[in-house]
Amino acid sequence: MAKKVLSIVESAYRATVEEQDDTILWMNHILKNAGLDITLVLRSNAVNYAVKGQDASGLTFGKLKVSHPPKLDKDLESLLEAGVPVYYVREDAEERGIPQKQLIDGIKAVSAKELPSMLDGFDSIWHW
Amino acid sequence: MTKTLTIALMDPPYETETTTTAFRLIDAALRKGHKVNVFAYEGAVNLTMADQAPHPNPVKGTSAEEEDHPTTKDWVAAMFQAYPGKLDWVNCGLCVDERGAGNVIEGAQRGAPKQFAEWSEASDATLVIPAK
Amino acid sequence: MGKYLLIETRDPFDSSDVQRSYDLAGGLADEKNDVTVFLVQNGVLPTRKASAAADAVTQLCSKATVLADDFSLRERGIQKGELVKGVKPTSIDDLVDLVADDGRKVIWH
Repeated sequence: MAKKVLSIVESAYRATVEEQDDTILWMNHILKNAGLDITLVLRSNAVNYAVKGQDASGLTFGKLKVSHPPKLDKDLESLLEAGVPVYYVREDAEERGIPQKQLIDGIKAVSAKELPSMLDGFDSIWHW
Repeated sequence: MTKTLTIALMDPPYETETTTTAFRLIDAALRKGHKVNVFAYEGAVNLTMADQAPHPNPVKGTSAEEEDHPTTKDWVAAMFQAYPGKLDWVNCGLCVDERGAGNVIEGAQRGAPKQFAEWSEASDATLVIPAK
Repeated sequence: MGKYLLIETRDPFDSSDVQRSYDLAGGLADEKNDVTVFLVQNGVLPTRKASAAADAVTQLCSKATVLADDFSLRERGIQKGELVKGVKPTSIDDLVDLVADDGRKVIWH
């Protein structure tokens, strides 16, 4: 049976336009495809990745258009579709003034108080 | 009125959002007709490496061509092309050596901090964009 | 009276030195300088009026001109109606004009 891995994503918008996605979400998707049993927790600024309607389109450098801007909310939806449970830390969203109705469907809130016992249920915790 | 701006960059490609913001600022300044000098220091010398290459995306199932993912050297090259004679780009030579970043695109030059000092003296404004 | 542009890329949730940047802006304004703060990248995250940092941004707006990069706001799905009163969405072109403004000292954080 595959080991249970909890990936905690904290850093947000780190080179996402350059990479055309978030490299940590991408990595976790690849790892899921490779057979790992991954669960994702968004904390700190990364809770903003779950906000619907983010739009990074329209950039041009010289005459070179960025034709595939990152779509982080969609990437999270893809992870959910791939069977990766995605959580967000409720207090971090509240701290940033993000109401639940602005978040994509399918992700679940976990409170900061619940995190310690959540970690208990995993074989490995990776903090990205 | 046309100005000369000097900008020092430090971040390497694909590590922070600062690179994108810096490029947006540089492009906007060039588009407005200003002259821009870029002094690339530390990891920023990797921004113009000629050997950068795009890759396919196995998560999205796209080929490299479909992914249409310009690398940072492509962004810099596009600005050289769109604004001929308005952009000067110097990579700090010692940083180039320690990173093995000597194979660069046309237009990017090798230099030294002395160049940054000279540019600063001669520019209307100098902006240092630091690494965290 | 001097002119200052403080470009803030970080947010106070992630970086404890952001409040010091806000304090610096306020201090410069108290000294009767012309101070503009340009929030960009995650620096726009505290501009939501419902955020825990809204009071700090409001206080900043009372002392300095506070601009927020329109791309960074859009990139993060922050709508104009969510912004702290006094924060003005602004383009990168306007940032260039500020950087190039004669005699304006520019600090990027």
